[in-house]
Amino acid sequence: MDNFNLNSRKDWTVISNIIENGSRVLDLGCGDGAFLRYMIETKFISALGFERDQKEVAKCIANGVPVIKSDLDRKLDFALDKSFDYVIVSRTLQELTEPEVMLKEVLRVGKKAIVSFINFGYYENRLQLLFRGRMPESKYIPHKWYNTPNIHLGTIDDFKILCNELDIKILQTIPIGKSWGLPAKLWQNMFAPTCVFVLG
Amino acid sequence: MEKTDKLIVTPQDFKLPESLELDCGKKLDNVVLRYETIGKLNADRSNAILICHALSGDAHVAGFHSVDDKKPGWWDEFVGSKKPIDTDKYFVICSNVIGSCAGSTGPRSINEATGKMYNMDFPVITIRDMVRAQKYLIDELGIDKLLAVVGGSMGGMQAMEWAINYPDRLLSCLPIATTSQLSPQSIAFDWVGREAIKYDPNYNEGNYSSDLPPSNGLSTARMLAHITYLSDESMLKKFGRSLQEKDDYSFNFNRDFAVESYLEHQGQRFVERFDANSYCYITRAMDYFDLAARHGNDLTNAFEYCKNVKFLVVSFSSDWLFPTSQSIEITRALIKNEVEVSFCEIESSYGHDAFLLEIDALGEMVSSFLDNVMQKGEA
Repeated sequence: MDNFNLNSRKDWTVISNIIENGSRVLDLGCGDGAFLRYMIETKFISALGFERDQKEVAKCIANGVPVIKSDLDRKLDFALDKSFDYVIVSRTLQELTEPEVMLKEVLRVGKKAIVSFINFGYYENRLQLLFRGRMPESKYIPHKWYNTPNIHLGTIDDFKILCNELDIKILQTIPIGKSWGLPAKLWQNMFAPTCVFVLG
Repeated sequence: MEKTDKLIVTPQDFKLPESLELDCGKKLDNVVLRYETIGKLNADRSNAILICHALSGDAHVAGFHSVDDKKPGWWDEFVGSKKPIDTDKYFVICSNVIGSCAGSTGPRSINEATGKMYNMDFPVITIRDMVRAQKYLIDELGIDKLLAVVGGSMGGMQAMEWAINYPDRLLSCLPIATTSQLSPQSIAFDWVGREAIKYDPNYNEGNYSSDLPPSNGLSTARMLAHITYLSDESMLKKFGRSLQEKDDYSFNFNRDFAVESYLEHQGQRFVERFDANSYCYITRAMDYFDLAARHGNDLTNAFEYCKNVKFLVVSFSSDWLFPTSQSIEITRALIKNEVEVSFCEIESSYGHDAFLLEIDALGEMVSSFLDNVMQKGEA
Protein backbone atom coordinates (compact mmCIF):
# COMPACT_ATOMS: atom_id res chain seq x y z
CA MET A 1 0.00 0.00 0.00
CA ASP A 2 2.12 2.85 -1.29
CA ASN A 3 -0.36 5.67 -1.02
CA PHE A 4 -1.96 4.88 2.31
CA ASN A 5 -2.18 7.98 4.46
CA LEU A 6 -2.94 7.32 8.08
CA ASN A 7 -3.69 11.01 8.57
CA SER A 8 -6.49 10.97 6.03
CA ARG A 9 -8.70 9.87 8.89
CA LYS A 10 -8.00 11.09 12.38
CA ASP A 11 -9.78 8.17 14.02
CA TRP A 12 -7.30 5.78 12.39
CA THR A 13 -4.39 7.27 14.29
CA VAL A 14 -6.36 7.05 17.50
CA ILE A 15 -7.43 3.46 16.86
CA SER A 16 -3.97 2.27 15.87
CA ASN A 17 -2.59 3.78 19.08
CA ILE A 18 -5.10 1.85 21.17
CA ILE A 19 -4.39 -1.55 19.63
CA GLU A 20 -1.48 -3.47 21.11
CA ASN A 21 1.04 -5.26 18.94
CA GLY A 22 0.07 -8.77 17.96
CA SER A 23 -3.65 -8.37 18.73
CA ARG A 24 -6.32 -10.30 16.87
CA VAL A 25 -8.51 -7.66 15.26
CA LEU A 26 -11.83 -7.78 13.46
CA ASP A 27 -12.77 -4.68 11.44
CA LEU A 28 -16.45 -4.39 10.52
CA GLY A 29 -16.75 -2.34 7.36
CA CYS A 30 -13.07 -2.42 6.47
CA GLY A 31 -13.33 -0.86 2.98
CA ASP A 32 -10.28 -1.62 0.84
CA GLY A 33 -8.39 -2.98 3.84
CA ALA A 34 -5.66 -0.31 3.68
CA PHE A 35 -5.95 0.49 7.38
CA LEU A 36 -5.82 -3.16 8.39
CA ARG A 37 -2.83 -3.67 6.15
CA TYR A 38 -1.14 -0.74 7.84
CA MET A 39 -1.73 -2.37 11.22
CA ILE A 40 -0.60 -5.78 9.97
CA GLU A 41 2.67 -4.22 8.86
CA THR A 42 3.26 -1.91 11.81
CA LYS A 43 1.53 -3.63 14.72
CA PHE A 44 1.79 -7.23 13.51
CA ILE A 45 -1.87 -7.81 14.20
CA SER A 46 -3.76 -10.83 12.98
CA ALA A 47 -6.55 -9.19 11.03
CA LEU A 48 -9.92 -10.01 9.61
CA GLY A 49 -12.06 -7.52 7.73
CA PHE A 50 -15.75 -7.49 6.93
CA GLU A 51 -16.95 -5.69 3.84
CA ARG A 52 -20.15 -5.87 1.85
CA ASP A 53 -18.94 -4.40 -1.44
CA GLN A 54 -17.43 -6.92 -3.86
CA LYS A 55 -15.03 -4.38 -5.38
CA GLU A 56 -13.69 -3.39 -1.97
CA VAL A 57 -13.36 -7.06 -1.04
CA ALA A 58 -11.21 -7.58 -4.14
CA LYS A 59 -9.02 -4.67 -3.04
CA CYS A 60 -8.63 -6.20 0.42
CA ILE A 61 -7.47 -9.44 -1.15
CA ALA A 62 -5.00 -7.49 -3.28
CA ASN A 63 -3.85 -5.78 -0.09
CA GLY A 64 -3.20 -9.18 1.46
CA VAL A 65 -5.85 -8.57 4.10
CA PRO A 66 -8.10 -11.50 5.03
CA VAL A 67 -11.65 -10.36 4.35
CA ILE A 68 -15.16 -11.73 4.42
CA LYS A 69 -17.77 -10.39 2.05
CA SER A 70 -20.80 -10.02 4.23
CA ASP A 71 -23.67 -7.82 5.05
CA LEU A 72 -23.13 -6.56 8.57
CA ASP A 73 -26.78 -7.02 9.36
CA ARG A 74 -25.97 -10.70 9.59
CA LYS A 75 -25.05 -11.82 13.05
CA LEU A 76 -21.39 -12.52 13.76
CA ASP A 77 -22.14 -16.19 14.30
CA PHE A 78 -18.93 -17.23 12.55
CA ALA A 79 -16.89 -16.23 15.57
CA LEU A 80 -16.51 -17.85 18.94
CA ASP A 81 -17.09 -15.84 22.11
CA LYS A 82 -14.26 -13.41 22.89
CA SER A 83 -12.17 -14.74 20.00
CA PHE A 84 -10.95 -11.27 18.98
CA ASP A 85 -8.97 -8.87 21.13
CA TYR A 86 -10.57 -5.91 19.38
CA VAL A 87 -13.55 -5.44 17.13
CA ILE A 88 -13.44 -2.17 15.23
CA VAL A 89 -16.73 -0.61 14.22
CA SER A 90 -15.46 2.28 12.20
CA ARG A 91 -18.15 4.78 11.21
CA THR A 92 -20.51 1.92 10.30
CA LEU A 93 -22.81 1.66 13.30
CA GLN A 94 -25.16 4.32 11.94
CA GLU A 95 -25.68 2.30 8.75
CA LEU A 96 -26.94 -0.85 10.45
CA THR A 97 -30.56 -1.91 10.74
CA GLU A 98 -30.17 -2.85 14.38
CA PRO A 99 -27.09 -1.14 15.80
CA GLU A 100 -27.92 -2.17 19.33
CA VAL A 101 -28.07 -5.85 18.37
CA MET A 102 -24.74 -5.50 16.59
CA LEU A 103 -23.16 -3.81 19.60
CA LYS A 104 -24.05 -6.79 21.75
CA GLU A 105 -22.70 -9.19 19.11
CA VAL A 106 -19.50 -7.18 18.83
CA LEU A 107 -18.86 -7.52 22.52
CA ARG A 108 -19.71 -11.20 22.45
CA VAL A 109 -16.97 -11.98 19.91
CA GLY A 110 -14.55 -9.25 21.00
CA LYS A 111 -12.86 -8.71 24.33
CA LYS A 112 -13.05 -5.01 23.55
CA ALA A 113 -14.77 -2.95 20.92
CA ILE A 114 -13.57 0.25 19.33
CA VAL A 115 -16.43 2.29 17.96
CA SER A 116 -15.69 5.27 15.78
CA PHE A 117 -18.83 7.36 16.00
CA ILE A 118 -20.15 10.20 13.88
CA ASN A 119 -21.65 12.80 16.22
CA PHE A 120 -24.89 14.19 14.91
CA GLY A 121 -24.91 16.63 17.86
CA TYR A 122 -21.84 18.46 16.53
CA TYR A 123 -22.55 22.20 16.60
CA GLU A 124 -22.24 22.60 12.79
CA ASN A 125 -24.95 20.00 12.34
CA ARG A 126 -27.12 21.76 14.90
CA LEU A 127 -26.61 25.11 13.19
CA GLN A 128 -27.54 23.73 9.79
CA LEU A 129 -30.75 22.31 11.17
CA LEU A 130 -31.50 25.40 13.25
CA PHE A 131 -30.78 28.13 10.72
CA ARG A 132 -31.10 26.47 7.33
CA GLY A 133 -33.90 24.25 8.45
CA ARG A 134 -32.26 21.52 6.40
CA MET A 135 -30.82 18.14 7.33
CA PRO A 136 -27.09 18.57 7.99
CA GLU A 137 -24.47 17.72 5.38
CA SER A 138 -20.79 17.69 6.17
CA LYS A 139 -17.52 15.87 5.56
CA TYR A 140 -18.76 13.11 7.86
CA ILE A 141 -22.37 13.15 6.68
CA PRO A 142 -21.90 13.72 2.97
CA HIS A 143 -25.24 12.38 1.74
CA LYS A 144 -28.67 13.83 1.12
CA TRP A 145 -31.43 12.85 3.54
CA TYR A 146 -33.03 10.62 0.92
CA ASN A 147 -29.97 8.67 -0.22
CA THR A 148 -27.96 8.42 2.95
CA PRO A 149 -26.88 4.97 4.15
CA ASN A 150 -26.88 6.51 7.63
CA ILE A 151 -30.22 5.35 8.94
CA HIS A 152 -29.42 5.57 12.65
CA LEU A 153 -27.72 8.85 13.36
CA GLY A 154 -27.27 9.80 16.98
CA THR A 155 -25.29 12.09 19.24
CA ILE A 156 -22.44 11.23 21.57
CA ASP A 157 -24.84 11.57 24.50
CA ASP A 158 -27.33 9.25 22.78
CA PHE A 159 -24.59 6.67 22.36
CA LYS A 160 -23.57 6.87 26.01
CA ILE A 161 -27.17 6.36 27.08
CA LEU A 162 -27.46 3.31 24.80
CA CYS A 163 -24.29 1.78 26.24
CA ASN A 164 -25.68 2.31 29.72
CA GLU A 165 -28.94 0.61 28.78
CA LEU A 166 -27.08 -2.33 27.27
CA ASP A 167 -24.80 -2.62 30.29
CA ILE A 168 -21.78 -1.91 28.15
CA LYS A 169 -18.83 -0.28 29.89
CA ILE A 170 -17.25 2.70 28.16
CA LEU A 171 -13.55 2.27 28.95
CA GLN A 172 -12.30 5.26 27.01
CA THR A 173 -13.87 8.23 25.25
CA ILE A 174 -11.64 10.00 22.76
CA PRO A 175 -13.39 12.94 21.10
CA ILE A 176 -11.88 13.97 17.82
CA GLY A 177 -12.18 17.64 16.88
CA LYS A 178 -10.45 19.51 14.12
CA SER A 179 -9.33 22.85 15.53
CA TRP A 180 -11.56 22.45 18.56
CA GLY A 181 -9.09 20.50 20.70
CA LEU A 182 -10.02 21.77 24.14
CA PRO A 183 -13.73 22.53 23.63
CA ALA A 184 -14.09 19.10 21.99
CA LYS A 185 -12.70 17.58 25.14
CA LEU A 186 -14.86 19.61 27.48
CA TRP A 187 -18.08 19.68 25.49
CA GLN A 188 -17.82 16.52 23.38
CA ASN A 189 -21.42 16.40 22.37
CA MET A 190 -21.22 19.93 20.98
CA PHE A 191 -17.72 20.26 19.59
CA ALA A 192 -16.47 16.80 18.56
CA PRO A 193 -17.58 15.87 15.01
CA THR A 194 -16.53 12.29 15.64
CA CYS A 195 -15.55 10.30 18.69
CA VAL A 196 -13.78 7.03 19.36
CA PHE A 197 -15.13 4.86 22.16
CA VAL A 198 -13.42 1.88 23.65
CA LEU A 199 -16.00 -0.50 25.02
CA GLY A 200 -15.61 -3.52 27.22
CA MET B 1 -3.80 -16.04 -33.14
CA GLU B 2 -0.46 -17.05 -34.64
CA LYS B 3 0.09 -20.75 -34.53
CA THR B 4 3.46 -20.18 -32.90
CA ASP B 5 1.68 -18.54 -29.95
CA LYS B 6 -0.14 -21.72 -29.14
CA LEU B 7 0.72 -23.22 -25.82
CA ILE B 8 1.42 -26.89 -26.51
CA VAL B 9 1.18 -29.25 -23.56
CA THR B 10 2.01 -32.93 -23.50
CA PRO B 11 0.08 -35.32 -21.27
CA GLN B 12 2.24 -37.55 -19.12
CA ASP B 13 1.55 -40.71 -17.17
CA PHE B 14 2.80 -41.51 -13.70
CA LYS B 15 2.47 -44.92 -12.11
CA LEU B 16 2.09 -44.99 -8.34
CA PRO B 17 5.03 -46.78 -6.68
CA GLU B 18 2.75 -48.87 -4.48
CA SER B 19 -0.87 -49.89 -4.24
CA LEU B 20 -3.28 -47.17 -3.23
CA GLU B 21 -5.14 -47.66 0.02
CA LEU B 22 -8.73 -46.58 -0.27
CA ASP B 23 -11.35 -45.34 2.17
CA CYS B 24 -13.53 -48.37 1.41
CA GLY B 25 -10.81 -50.59 2.86
CA LYS B 26 -9.67 -52.06 -0.43
CA LYS B 27 -6.41 -51.50 -2.25
CA LEU B 28 -6.00 -50.51 -5.84
CA ASP B 29 -2.92 -51.81 -7.66
CA ASN B 30 -1.03 -50.37 -10.62
CA VAL B 31 -2.67 -46.97 -10.40
CA VAL B 32 -1.71 -44.61 -13.20
CA LEU B 33 -2.29 -40.87 -13.11
CA ARG B 34 -2.50 -38.83 -16.28
CA TYR B 35 -1.20 -35.32 -15.72
CA GLU B 36 -0.09 -32.20 -17.51
CA THR B 37 2.20 -29.41 -16.40
CA ILE B 38 2.59 -25.86 -17.67
CA GLY B 39 5.36 -23.40 -16.82
CA LYS B 40 8.65 -23.98 -15.07
CA LEU B 41 9.33 -25.14 -11.55
CA ASN B 42 11.67 -22.56 -10.01
CA ALA B 43 14.96 -23.41 -8.34
CA ASP B 44 13.58 -23.61 -4.81
CA ARG B 45 10.46 -25.42 -6.00
CA SER B 46 8.19 -22.85 -4.42
CA ASN B 47 5.98 -21.87 -7.35
CA ALA B 48 3.95 -25.02 -7.93
CA ILE B 49 0.17 -24.81 -8.11
CA LEU B 50 -2.01 -27.91 -8.25
CA ILE B 51 -5.29 -27.42 -10.07
CA CYS B 52 -7.99 -29.98 -9.31
CA HIS B 53 -10.67 -30.57 -11.90
CA ALA B 54 -14.41 -31.01 -11.53
CA LEU B 55 -16.65 -34.01 -12.26
CA SER B 56 -16.28 -34.09 -16.01
CA GLY B 57 -12.87 -32.43 -16.27
CA ASP B 58 -9.48 -33.89 -17.06
CA ALA B 59 -5.77 -33.16 -16.80
CA HIS B 60 -5.93 -30.91 -19.83
CA VAL B 61 -6.48 -27.64 -17.98
CA ALA B 62 -5.07 -25.23 -20.56
CA GLY B 63 -3.29 -24.98 -23.88
CA PHE B 64 -3.45 -27.38 -26.81
CA HIS B 65 -2.17 -30.89 -27.39
CA SER B 66 -0.81 -30.08 -30.83
CA VAL B 67 -0.43 -27.18 -33.22
CA ASP B 68 -3.52 -28.33 -35.11
CA ASP B 69 -5.56 -28.99 -31.97
CA LYS B 70 -8.64 -26.75 -32.05
CA LYS B 71 -9.98 -27.37 -28.57
CA PRO B 72 -8.13 -25.74 -25.67
CA GLY B 73 -8.06 -27.07 -22.12
CA TRP B 74 -11.09 -26.66 -19.87
CA TRP B 75 -9.78 -23.58 -18.00
CA ASP B 76 -7.73 -22.08 -20.80
CA GLU B 77 -8.98 -18.55 -20.21
CA PHE B 78 -7.88 -18.76 -16.61
CA VAL B 79 -4.55 -20.55 -16.84
CA GLY B 80 -1.66 -19.53 -19.06
CA SER B 81 0.82 -16.81 -19.82
CA LYS B 82 -0.42 -13.44 -18.40
CA LYS B 83 -3.67 -15.05 -17.33
CA PRO B 84 -5.04 -15.07 -13.76
CA ILE B 85 -3.00 -18.17 -12.93
CA ASP B 86 0.04 -16.91 -14.76
CA THR B 87 2.20 -19.73 -16.07
CA ASP B 88 5.06 -17.27 -16.61
CA LYS B 89 5.29 -17.18 -12.82
CA TYR B 90 3.85 -20.46 -11.68
CA PHE B 91 4.40 -24.13 -12.40
CA VAL B 92 0.90 -25.51 -12.89
CA ILE B 93 0.07 -29.18 -12.40
CA CYS B 94 -3.27 -30.76 -13.22
CA SER B 95 -3.88 -34.48 -12.87
CA ASN B 96 -6.85 -36.52 -13.90
CA VAL B 97 -8.67 -38.04 -10.90
CA ILE B 98 -8.73 -41.76 -10.35
CA GLY B 99 -12.07 -43.25 -11.38
CA SER B 100 -12.09 -41.07 -14.44
CA CYS B 101 -11.88 -42.05 -18.08
CA ALA B 102 -9.39 -39.46 -19.30
CA GLY B 103 -6.12 -41.27 -18.78
CA SER B 104 -5.99 -42.10 -15.08
CA THR B 105 -6.97 -45.51 -13.73
CA GLY B 106 -10.73 -45.93 -13.68
CA PRO B 107 -13.47 -48.53 -14.07
CA ARG B 108 -12.75 -48.97 -17.79
CA SER B 109 -9.05 -49.61 -17.16
CA ILE B 110 -7.71 -53.15 -17.44
CA ASN B 111 -7.48 -54.95 -14.13
CA GLU B 112 -4.06 -56.59 -14.39
CA ALA B 113 -5.17 -59.37 -12.08
CA THR B 114 -7.88 -60.52 -14.51
CA GLY B 115 -6.78 -59.04 -17.81
CA LYS B 116 -10.25 -57.54 -18.18
CA MET B 117 -11.81 -54.16 -17.56
CA TYR B 118 -12.72 -53.51 -13.96
CA ASN B 119 -16.19 -52.15 -14.68
CA MET B 120 -18.21 -52.75 -11.52
CA ASP B 121 -15.27 -54.56 -9.87
CA PHE B 122 -13.60 -51.18 -9.57
CA PRO B 123 -13.72 -50.19 -5.89
CA VAL B 124 -15.93 -47.29 -4.88
CA ILE B 125 -13.60 -44.36 -4.40
CA THR B 126 -13.84 -41.11 -2.44
CA ILE B 127 -12.61 -37.58 -2.96
CA ARG B 128 -9.93 -38.28 -0.36
CA ASP B 129 -8.78 -41.29 -2.37
CA MET B 130 -8.36 -39.03 -5.40
CA VAL B 131 -6.20 -36.70 -3.33
CA ARG B 132 -4.17 -39.57 -1.85
CA ALA B 133 -3.23 -40.59 -5.38
CA GLN B 134 -2.33 -36.99 -6.31
CA LYS B 135 0.00 -36.78 -3.34
CA TYR B 136 2.17 -39.54 -4.82
CA LEU B 137 2.50 -37.43 -7.95
CA ILE B 138 3.49 -34.31 -6.01
CA ASP B 139 6.07 -36.40 -4.13
CA GLU B 140 7.39 -37.71 -7.42
CA LEU B 141 7.72 -34.17 -8.80
CA GLY B 142 9.85 -33.31 -5.78
CA ILE B 143 7.57 -30.59 -4.46
CA ASP B 144 7.61 -30.33 -0.68
CA LYS B 145 5.20 -27.47 -0.51
CA LEU B 146 2.63 -26.48 -3.08
CA LEU B 147 2.10 -22.75 -3.36
CA ALA B 148 -1.61 -23.42 -3.78
CA VAL B 149 -4.19 -26.08 -4.45
CA VAL B 150 -7.02 -24.60 -6.52
CA GLY B 151 -10.27 -26.16 -7.60
CA GLY B 152 -13.86 -25.40 -8.52
CA SER B 153 -16.80 -27.63 -7.62
CA MET B 154 -15.46 -31.17 -7.09
CA GLY B 155 -12.02 -29.64 -7.54
CA GLY B 156 -12.69 -27.48 -4.50
CA MET B 157 -13.54 -30.59 -2.50
CA GLN B 158 -10.14 -32.01 -3.43
CA ALA B 159 -8.44 -28.74 -2.51
CA MET B 160 -9.98 -28.91 0.98
CA GLU B 161 -8.97 -32.59 1.33
CA TRP B 162 -5.41 -31.50 0.56
CA ALA B 163 -5.49 -28.90 3.32
CA ILE B 164 -7.05 -31.31 5.82
CA ASN B 165 -4.92 -34.38 5.09
CA TYR B 166 -1.59 -32.79 4.17
CA PRO B 167 -1.65 -29.34 5.80
CA ASP B 168 2.13 -29.06 5.75
CA ARG B 169 2.28 -29.69 2.01
CA LEU B 170 0.55 -26.52 0.84
CA LEU B 171 0.70 -22.81 1.58
CA SER B 172 -2.76 -21.95 0.37
CA CYS B 173 -6.06 -23.51 -0.57
CA LEU B 174 -8.68 -22.07 -2.94
CA PRO B 175 -12.01 -23.91 -2.78
CA ILE B 176 -14.29 -22.29 -5.37
CA ALA B 177 -18.03 -22.86 -5.87
CA THR B 178 -17.96 -25.89 -3.64
CA THR B 179 -19.29 -27.42 -0.46
CA SER B 180 -18.05 -29.31 2.57
CA GLN B 181 -20.73 -31.94 2.20
CA LEU B 182 -23.00 -32.89 -0.64
CA SER B 183 -26.56 -31.82 0.12
CA PRO B 184 -29.46 -34.28 -0.16
CA GLN B 185 -30.62 -32.31 -3.19
CA SER B 186 -27.30 -32.90 -4.97
CA ILE B 187 -27.28 -36.55 -3.94
CA ALA B 188 -30.76 -36.81 -5.41
CA PHE B 189 -29.66 -35.39 -8.76
CA ASP B 190 -26.71 -37.81 -8.84
CA TRP B 191 -29.03 -40.71 -8.09
CA VAL B 192 -31.44 -39.90 -10.90
CA GLY B 193 -28.50 -39.50 -13.29
CA ARG B 194 -27.12 -42.91 -12.41
CA GLU B 195 -30.57 -44.46 -12.61
CA ALA B 196 -30.84 -43.15 -16.17
CA ILE B 197 -27.58 -44.94 -16.98
CA LYS B 198 -28.69 -48.17 -15.29
CA TYR B 199 -31.95 -48.23 -17.23
CA ASP B 200 -30.19 -47.88 -20.56
CA PRO B 201 -30.65 -51.23 -22.40
CA ASN B 202 -26.94 -51.23 -23.25
CA TYR B 203 -25.84 -50.91 -19.65
CA ASN B 204 -25.47 -54.65 -18.89
CA GLU B 205 -24.61 -54.17 -15.21
CA GLY B 206 -21.69 -51.98 -16.22
CA ASN B 207 -20.19 -54.64 -18.49
CA TYR B 208 -21.17 -52.89 -21.70
CA SER B 209 -19.05 -53.15 -24.80
CA SER B 210 -17.06 -50.13 -25.85
CA ASP B 211 -18.83 -50.18 -29.21
CA LEU B 212 -22.25 -50.05 -27.64
CA PRO B 213 -22.12 -48.00 -24.43
CA PRO B 214 -25.21 -46.80 -22.55
CA SER B 215 -25.10 -43.48 -24.37
CA ASN B 216 -28.75 -42.58 -23.98
CA GLY B 217 -28.58 -43.06 -20.24
CA LEU B 218 -25.34 -41.11 -19.91
CA SER B 219 -26.69 -38.36 -22.13
CA THR B 220 -29.82 -38.08 -19.99
CA ALA B 221 -27.70 -37.97 -16.83
CA ARG B 222 -25.64 -35.17 -18.33
CA MET B 223 -28.68 -33.18 -19.45
CA LEU B 224 -30.14 -33.39 -15.97
CA ALA B 225 -26.86 -32.41 -14.34
CA HIS B 226 -26.31 -29.62 -16.82
CA ILE B 227 -29.52 -27.92 -15.68
CA THR B 228 -28.07 -27.78 -12.18
CA TYR B 229 -25.00 -25.95 -13.51
CA LEU B 230 -27.09 -23.12 -14.94
CA SER B 231 -29.56 -20.76 -13.31
CA ASP B 232 -33.12 -19.76 -14.00
CA GLU B 233 -31.85 -16.32 -14.92
CA SER B 234 -29.08 -17.52 -17.23
CA MET B 235 -31.47 -19.88 -19.02
CA LEU B 236 -33.99 -17.11 -19.43
CA LYS B 237 -31.30 -14.82 -20.84
CA LYS B 238 -29.76 -17.43 -23.09
CA PHE B 239 -32.85 -19.16 -24.46
CA GLY B 240 -35.98 -17.48 -23.30
CA ARG B 241 -38.90 -19.46 -24.73
CA SER B 242 -37.50 -19.23 -28.23
CA LEU B 243 -38.06 -22.10 -30.62
CA GLN B 244 -35.29 -23.96 -32.40
CA GLU B 245 -35.35 -23.53 -36.19
CA LYS B 246 -39.11 -23.19 -36.35
CA ASP B 247 -41.80 -20.57 -36.00
CA ASP B 248 -44.49 -22.52 -34.26
CA TYR B 249 -45.06 -25.44 -31.92
CA SER B 250 -44.91 -28.82 -33.62
CA PHE B 251 -47.66 -30.29 -31.42
CA ASN B 252 -45.63 -33.40 -30.80
CA PHE B 253 -42.89 -34.36 -28.35
CA ASN B 254 -39.84 -33.76 -30.49
CA ARG B 255 -37.73 -30.83 -29.55
CA ASP B 256 -39.33 -27.46 -30.13
CA PHE B 257 -37.51 -25.14 -27.76
CA ALA B 258 -33.98 -23.78 -28.00
CA VAL B 259 -33.31 -24.93 -24.46
CA GLU B 260 -34.27 -28.50 -25.39
CA SER B 261 -31.97 -28.41 -28.35
CA TYR B 262 -29.15 -27.03 -26.22
CA LEU B 263 -29.48 -29.80 -23.64
CA GLU B 264 -29.66 -32.45 -26.34
CA HIS B 265 -26.46 -31.07 -27.81
CA GLN B 266 -24.74 -31.03 -24.41
CA GLY B 267 -25.78 -34.62 -23.80
CA GLN B 268 -24.52 -35.79 -27.18
CA ARG B 269 -21.21 -34.02 -26.85
CA PHE B 270 -20.72 -35.50 -23.41
CA VAL B 271 -21.10 -39.15 -24.44
CA GLU B 272 -18.39 -38.65 -27.06
CA ARG B 273 -15.84 -37.92 -24.37
CA PHE B 274 -17.08 -39.49 -21.17
CA ASP B 275 -17.72 -42.96 -19.86
CA ALA B 276 -20.87 -44.09 -18.06
CA ASN B 277 -19.13 -46.16 -15.38
CA SER B 278 -16.75 -43.31 -14.60
CA TYR B 279 -19.77 -41.04 -14.26
CA CYS B 280 -21.28 -43.41 -11.70
CA TYR B 281 -18.05 -43.77 -9.72
CA ILE B 282 -17.21 -40.08 -9.62
CA THR B 283 -20.71 -38.93 -8.69
CA ARG B 284 -20.69 -41.55 -5.93
CA ALA B 285 -17.41 -40.14 -4.63
CA MET B 286 -19.10 -36.76 -4.43
CA ASP B 287 -22.17 -38.23 -2.69
CA TYR B 288 -19.91 -39.61 0.02
CA PHE B 289 -18.08 -36.32 0.47
CA ASP B 290 -18.78 -35.00 3.96
CA LEU B 291 -15.92 -33.33 5.80
CA ALA B 292 -17.90 -32.84 9.00
CA ALA B 293 -18.99 -36.47 9.24
CA ARG B 294 -15.40 -37.65 9.55
CA HIS B 295 -14.83 -35.18 12.37
CA GLY B 296 -17.62 -35.80 14.84
CA ASN B 297 -20.17 -34.00 12.69
CA ASP B 298 -18.40 -30.72 13.38
CA LEU B 299 -16.86 -29.01 10.39
CA THR B 300 -14.75 -26.85 12.70
CA ASN B 301 -12.87 -29.95 13.82
CA ALA B 302 -12.13 -30.84 10.21
CA PHE B 303 -9.90 -27.82 9.75
CA GLU B 304 -8.17 -28.13 13.11
CA TYR B 305 -4.71 -28.61 11.63
CA CYS B 306 -4.99 -26.04 8.82
CA LYS B 307 -3.76 -23.04 10.80
CA ASN B 308 -0.79 -22.43 8.53
CA VAL B 309 -2.77 -22.70 5.30
CA LYS B 310 -4.22 -19.52 3.82
CA PHE B 311 -7.68 -19.89 2.30
CA LEU B 312 -9.58 -18.06 -0.38
CA VAL B 313 -13.18 -19.29 -0.50
CA VAL B 314 -15.33 -18.09 -3.40
CA SER B 315 -18.99 -18.66 -4.22
CA PHE B 316 -21.31 -17.27 -6.89
CA SER B 317 -24.61 -15.59 -6.14
CA SER B 318 -26.74 -17.63 -8.56
CA ASP B 319 -25.14 -21.02 -7.85
CA TRP B 320 -27.94 -23.13 -6.43
CA LEU B 321 -26.05 -26.43 -6.68
CA PHE B 322 -23.41 -25.34 -4.16
CA PRO B 323 -24.95 -22.14 -2.87
CA THR B 324 -23.17 -19.36 -1.00
CA SER B 325 -24.51 -20.60 2.32
CA GLN B 326 -22.33 -23.71 1.93
CA SER B 327 -19.22 -21.62 1.32
CA ILE B 328 -20.09 -19.54 4.37
CA GLU B 329 -20.22 -22.78 6.40
CA ILE B 330 -16.67 -23.54 5.28
CA THR B 331 -15.52 -20.00 6.00
CA ARG B 332 -17.11 -20.01 9.42
CA ALA B 333 -15.38 -23.27 10.36
CA LEU B 334 -12.06 -21.83 9.22
CA ILE B 335 -12.51 -18.62 11.21
CA LYS B 336 -13.36 -20.61 14.31
CA ASN B 337 -9.95 -22.27 13.91
CA GLU B 338 -8.34 -18.83 13.47
CA VAL B 339 -7.23 -19.85 10.00
CA GLU B 340 -6.37 -16.95 7.70
CA VAL B 341 -9.30 -16.89 5.28
CA SER B 342 -10.91 -14.59 2.78
CA PHE B 343 -14.36 -15.23 1.44
CA CYS B 344 -16.18 -13.57 -1.41
CA GLU B 345 -19.51 -14.22 -3.06
CA ILE B 346 -19.18 -12.99 -6.63
CA GLU B 347 -22.29 -11.53 -8.25
CA SER B 348 -23.11 -13.64 -11.29
CA SER B 349 -26.11 -14.92 -13.17
CA TYR B 350 -24.31 -17.96 -14.59
CA GLY B 351 -25.19 -20.39 -11.80
CA HIS B 352 -22.70 -23.07 -10.79
CA ASP B 353 -20.88 -22.79 -14.11
CA ALA B 354 -19.85 -19.26 -13.11
CA PHE B 355 -16.54 -20.61 -11.81
CA LEU B 356 -15.62 -21.37 -15.42
CA LEU B 357 -17.12 -18.19 -16.85
CA GLU B 358 -16.56 -15.29 -14.44
CA ILE B 359 -12.95 -15.03 -15.53
CA ASP B 360 -12.45 -11.32 -14.74
CA ALA B 361 -13.99 -11.08 -11.27
CA LEU B 362 -12.63 -14.44 -10.10
CA GLY B 363 -9.32 -13.92 -11.89
CA GLU B 364 -8.63 -10.61 -10.18
CA MET B 365 -9.08 -12.14 -6.74
CA VAL B 366 -7.23 -15.38 -7.44
CA SER B 367 -4.23 -13.71 -9.07
CA SER B 368 -3.75 -11.08 -6.36
CA PHE B 369 -4.28 -13.69 -3.65
CA LEU B 370 -1.61 -15.92 -5.21
CA ASP B 371 0.74 -12.94 -5.59
CA ASN B 372 0.50 -12.27 -1.87
CA VAL B 373 1.00 -15.92 -0.92
CA MET B 374 4.02 -16.10 -3.23
CA GLN B 375 5.48 -12.86 -1.83
CA LYS B 376 5.09 -13.82 1.78
CA GLY B 377 6.20 -17.38 1.20
CA GLU B 378 6.42 -19.46 4.31
CA ALA B 379 5.65 -17.41 7.38
